[in-house]
Amino acid sequence: MYSESIEIQNKTGLHSRPAAIFVQTATKFKSDITIEKDSKQANAKSILSLLSMGVSMGNTVKITAVGEDENQAVATLIELIQSKFKEE
Amino acid sequence: MEYNGIIGSDGIVIGKAYIYKKEMMIINHNTIDESDLNEELNKVETALLLSKSQINEIIKQATKEFGQEEASIFDAHMMMLEDPELITRIKEMIIKEKIHSSNAANKIIENYIGMFSNIEDEYLKERTADIRDVGNRLIRNLLGITDQDIGKLDSDVIIVAHDLTPSDTALMDKKHVKGFVTNIGGRTSHTAIMARSLEIPAILGLCNITKKVQNGDVLVLDGNTGSLSVNPNERTLLEYQDKIVRYNNFKNKLKDIVKLPSVTLDGRHIEIAANIGGPSEVDSALKYGGDGVGLYRTEFLYMDRDHFPSEEEQFEAYKVVAEKMEGKPVIVRTLDIGGDKKLTYLPLPEELNPFLGFRAIRLCFEMRDMFKTQLKAILRASIYNNILIMYPMISSVDEVIQANKVLEEVKSELRAKDIAFDEKIKCGVMIEIPSAAMTADLIIKEVDFFSIGTNDLCQYTLAVDRMNEKISNLYQPFHPGVLRLIKNVIDESHKVGKFTGMCGEMAGDPVATLLLLGLGLDEFSMSASSLLMIRKIIRNVTLPEAKKIAEHALTLSTSAQIQAYCEKALKELNLMNQEE
Repeated sequence: MYSESIEIQNKTGLHSRPAAIFVQTATKFKSDITIEKDSKQANAKSILSLLSMGVSMGNTVKITAVGEDENQAVATLIELIQSKFKEE
Repeated sequence: MEYNGIIGSDGIVIGKAYIYKKEMMIINHNTIDESDLNEELNKVETALLLSKSQINEIIKQATKEFGQEEASIFDAHMMMLEDPELITRIKEMIIKEKIHSSNAANKIIENYIGMFSNIEDEYLKERTADIRDVGNRLIRNLLGITDQDIGKLDSDVIIVAHDLTPSDTALMDKKHVKGFVTNIGGRTSHTAIMARSLEIPAILGLCNITKKVQNGDVLVLDGNTGSLSVNPNERTLLEYQDKIVRYNNFKNKLKDIVKLPSVTLDGRHIEIAANIGGPSEVDSALKYGGDGVGLYRTEFLYMDRDHFPSEEEQFEAYKVVAEKMEGKPVIVRTLDIGGDKKLTYLPLPEELNPFLGFRAIRLCFEMRDMFKTQLKAILRASIYNNILIMYPMISSVDEVIQANKVLEEVKSELRAKDIAFDEKIKCGVMIEIPSAAMTADLIIKEVDFFSIGTNDLCQYTLAVDRMNEKISNLYQPFHPGVLRLIKNVIDESHKVGKFTGMCGEMAGDPVATLLLLGLGLDEFSMSASSLLMIRKIIRNVTLPEAKKIAEHALTLSTSAQIQAYCEKALKELNLMNQEE
């Protein structure tokens, strides 16, 4: 198991396009991946559960992966959030 | 029998009714036996596969017929169906509660909708409609309901439906569908927009027309007047057949004037331009022979996305429009949001009177960086063509001075960086607030032109909310008060040798053309599909004739009198029988 926390920096948060990109990226990995906010947890490969958690700019989330590619998975998703999903 | 509804798309057609009805979903609430468990779980897999293949088909059709953008909403549908959690939760519920698959799916979908609607976010609220659409598809497939197949029809029909969803119109057999009539919907509903882009007539908002019409009934659909005749008598039918021939001839003849100049009989050139929302609409503006773009609504660049467009993105869009118009003028209106036009990524406080509130130029002054980014992009694109800048929602001259100051600032910044732009770029004001119309003489000193936005000018002058159906009879563009303001604006611009255009609905209304021409309007800007009709009128009248009509109209007291008089004047031109 490997996890890391990060603050969401892009304006839209994990909604609309960023949410879709996040889920698509997570789906590429074999590990089970979860995203956690204020003790609420969502499956990072589920667009419906990610959207219903409502992650906005400024929120801190914890990304946890369990599986053979857990390190790679968390690193990639953290990087994606750091890149602000290429928003301005 | 005759029924009247809302015009969705113009044109006249006679055809057989085809009732498109969706079977009710009846959820099975009984519990199931342990032995049926596997069957229910298999049903979920099968229904899911079927739903995915249906959506794939829709994406294929929609991309082919309407383009990538229209099809992209179905990508979101696909993503939800592929959500691993959705399927797991449905299956778990079937096992745990021993209930039918349709019941479980329905409960899970409702649960998601509930969670979404609790979050304060415009984007998510829109997504609930998508979840409902996807959910209904899944549940119908679980129940084994097959919708009527309108993808392959044997003969020409007029579709009669409660409403049409994007999936319905995407899959429809366009070769045989000759018109739409629906129970609900308005001029801006999906069905209306589709009908116009397919160029087939449509009447909407006919209440319960699906109950009054039967399959195979003969329908006469007059999309020009909004009236639908069901099983008309021989005489009406003959009358309409004649009307169709004349209307189609007229439409075909209109096409002949695409390449002809917009000049009056006595040789005065009038600019007939198109209103566009973005680069994708330039082609139709050119197809109908637009002399330019009289209103480029830049807000669409800011909507349907989740962050502000960058200077580069905006520059690209403005440049594409400018280049495609090949030297013809393009009036770019700076950002007009706020009020009813919201951006998901720009939270604005709720207002009691959004139309009198924090919007357009008022908002741009507060968000100076955003405003400057847009002006920079417009200026940079100005080297590709004849671009003009227009400020919306101006109520007094000091706002114009303030906006010009920002513009000058941006210009010096560009100069300092040696970035090229059109140094002679013209700048104008959209006249849509009565105080601006009254003080046109003061404002014109600061700018090069005016463009009258009649929709808002009417609503502000007459104190009539144009969305409120109860008072729609009071929304009168031909009101003498509105006409006097229009006249004042035109006159003041002419006194100093400058020009006035119009970019509201009125500019594309044939009944108003002679009157506006007579008042001295220099430019008419409208949706592309109206261009040829207005040009036709202008080509068949002299300026002195139009002036006489306008002078007389201004002596009349009521909107109804003025409108009737203008209709009569238009009829006397006998355009239907005019040869070019």
